[in-house]
Amino acid sequence: MGLDGMEVIAIAVVIGLFVVVLKQFGVWEPLSLEDSCEGDLELSMVRHQPEGLDQLQAQTQFTRKELQSLYRGFKNECPSGLVDEETFKSIYSQFFPQGDATTYAHFLFNAFDMDRSGSIRFEDFVIGLSVLLRGSVTEKLRWAFNLYDINKDGYVTKEEMMAIMTSIYDMMGRYTLPSVRDDSPYEHVERFFQKMDRNRDGVVTIDEFIETCQKDENIMASMQLFENVI
Amino acid sequence: MAAGVAAWLPFARAAAIGWMPVANLPMPVAPTEKNKRQDELIILNVSGRRFETWRNTLDRYPDTLLGSSEKEFFYNEETKEYFFDRDPDVFRSVLNFYRTGKLHYPRYECISSYDEELAFFGIISEIIGDCCYEEYKDRKRENAERLMDDQEDNKDAKLPNMTFRETMWRAFENPHTSTMALVFYYVTGFFIAVSVITNVVETVPCGTVPNQKEVPCGERYTVAFFCMDTACVMIFTVEYLMRLFAAPSRYRFMRSVMSIIDVVAILPYYIGLVMTDNEDVSGAFVTLRVFRVFRIFKFSRHSQGLRILGYTLKSCASELGFLLFSLTMAIIIFATVMFYAEKGSSSSKFTSIPASFWYTIVTMTTLGYGDMVPKTIAGKIFGSICSLSGVLVIALPVPVIVSNFSRIYHQNQRADKRRAQKVQKARLARIRISKEGTSNAFLHSKRNGLFNEALEFTSSTEEEQRLSKSTSLLESQHHHLLHCLEKTTNHEFVDEQYYQQSYLEAGLQNYPSRSPSLSSQDGVTGTCCTRRSKKHHTPLQNASAPALMQPLTHKHTHQLGLQELSTIHIQSLSTSRSSLNMRVDEPASLNCQSNQITTAIISIPTPPVATTDGDLTHHNVVKVSAL
Repeated sequence: MGLDGMEVIAIAVVIGLFVVVLKQFGVWEPLSLEDSCEGDLELSMVRHQPEGLDQLQAQTQFTRKELQSLYRGFKNECPSGLVDEETFKSIYSQFFPQGDATTYAHFLFNAFDMDRSGSIRFEDFVIGLSVLLRGSVTEKLRWAFNLYDINKDGYVTKEEMMAIMTSIYDMMGRYTLPSVRDDSPYEHVERFFQKMDRNRDGVVTIDEFIETCQKDENIMASMQLFENVI
Repeated sequence: MAAGVAAWLPFARAAAIGWMPVANLPMPVAPTEKNKRQDELIILNVSGRRFETWRNTLDRYPDTLLGSSEKEFFYNEETKEYFFDRDPDVFRSVLNFYRTGKLHYPRYECISSYDEELAFFGIISEIIGDCCYEEYKDRKRENAERLMDDQEDNKDAKLPNMTFRETMWRAFENPHTSTMALVFYYVTGFFIAVSVITNVVETVPCGTVPNQKEVPCGERYTVAFFCMDTACVMIFTVEYLMRLFAAPSRYRFMRSVMSIIDVVAILPYYIGLVMTDNEDVSGAFVTLRVFRVFRIFKFSRHSQGLRILGYTLKSCASELGFLLFSLTMAIIIFATVMFYAEKGSSSSKFTSIPASFWYTIVTMTTLGYGDMVPKTIAGKIFGSICSLSGVLVIALPVPVIVSNFSRIYHQNQRADKRRAQKVQKARLARIRISKEGTSNAFLHSKRNGLFNEALEFTSSTEEEQRLSKSTSLLESQHHHLLHCLEKTTNHEFVDEQYYQQSYLEAGLQNYPSRSPSLSSQDGVTGTCCTRRSKKHHTPLQNASAPALMQPLTHKHTHQLGLQELSTIHIQSLSTSRSSLNMRVDEPASLNCQSNQITTAIISIPTPPVATTDGDLTHHNVVKVSAL
């Protein structure tokens, strides 16, 4: 390398340090590109205010007091007025400590998030609850069908039902009696299709579904189970 | 279950309608709210300051004072409010806990008053949020040490019936206990000082012997120094042996740092005695004398400050390590650079990179001896950068060490980090247990839940109230939800130990020998109970298939009063399994009239496992045949 080489390097280092010091004092700003200070603005501003109490009262079957109480609980958990999927999953998982409720929560989320916006607003929440708690049996069955129909095409296929069933069995967790075998969801789906699929075409339509359920007294009885939840 | 999600429980229950069309079994009955109150405002009057909140907010934590019926004791009929004669400032934190689910510790608050308020309102302190938990624990630790210090000051009173050995040990550890101890303390201190001074003076050149150059005093007055050394070493040996005798645990004493220092300090003398004037070994012996300087460390027994300094260095080991590491890195870098920079200049002292290390160290620590200086321009530039960076690198970890020392010095703590780790583990364990409590609570309350169902048949209100007190409405709704899930999938929740136990046994035991007998029982069951009991027997089959060859021992009566059921603790697994078979026999005999229902609860206890929480031992799988 020799003398000259090292001297050049030394001088380069000195110049580099000089530049750094100048930048530090803000004396010299080299061409800086657009800084991304807008990047931080996204999520903190997102907020949602629900429609007025009167409109919600018109759209749902809840009384004013019930809506007030529901909103207080909702706002407490989600101050921004929106529930995103992650929060939803974590809230729902807390009710099922032994198993993994995230997949089922995902399906539930899609069932509530009717306009596919990626987050549940209070209106979605309360309209869904109104169907579930105050709706007629047909409406409830329609809601359940909507839950099973993952791609919302009007038909429930075996794969969709399999996914739903697996997610329900996942919520049970590992420690069950008798132990959940790998084909337990499959068998359950088979039984379901045997019962529901009238014309044996491999899919269940909404009419088959509603018709079969209305004939089954167990299901009809259980639909009335949660009347007095609120 | 966390507070906030209690608000979502109605939602979760409503969403359970999604399971209904899929389920094949009938769902359990939902718990009803006996007196359904509209959500109302509660006024809490705490020493004159009024707080208002919704009743639902307080109900989120049913195991605290405000969440349970315990607050009724404080209800004031005339003013229609709950009056608490407590500190309103601390109450703010308590109430915020209900509102937000997070407990915060205000920094200006005294730790003992805060703890008292938490204890009064039935809130465990482990729930304090992570934002305030460190502060809380620090203050608590300081407080505990303060209490301990106060206690220690009172410990000087001599306890009666101490053996001579214990007295001696106490005298050694704390010289203020008796006059003898004090005398001993000063004598040893004096001799340590004498020994150290002797070692130092030994090497001073004192006077000349004619015809010879200056000799050190040690060689001139050999005998005198030898006698001095002997005396000191004798005192030290006696002291060491006495300590060894008095120590409560001799093995631990021999391993402690101070005793090792003692041994190392007196060993060279004895080795010197043993050794002859052999030429080869005397060189090594001279080196051994260096260890005599360790006697100065014996002063640390006499000085509190020295001990603290030693402890500080030990506790700052990581900072010191970092300092050392970063210095080494910098030294290597700069030494390499300086070597190549100075390579060209003639008569350069930088003959190799290790030779440059010396220059780098001297420059970075700003010593600057001047025995090695760079001569080229590049060398000078890099040398100046080296000295600047040296100041920075050394200055960084030093304040940490200093603050550590001052903290320890002021508080005089011992091994606080080790204790903190244990407490942290204990805290996490407690929180985990209380969280696991929810899943175990479900299994635990299945028993009670089924009690309630049966009770609705018998419609006896006093027993109902007695038994339904244990679970709040929120819990019972949550358990109903989990029960619905069980029915949907036709599997039941069990706890981990039972699951592992049962599948261990299933692998070992003979499977088919029992099942024929069980299946034969199925046909015998009464017609009105067929459906329900059959559904219960299918899971039963798997559980009791591990064959029971033991004879049935009747440990409990057939007619089980509902009150007795809660006290059944079945002793051994085999008897419980046999009782299962016994219960299977029962459906044949009893009639199924609804007004005479005897619920037979069969609980299979987990094998005795040491658990921290007493309640966990009751976690059993419960199978009920309501007959």
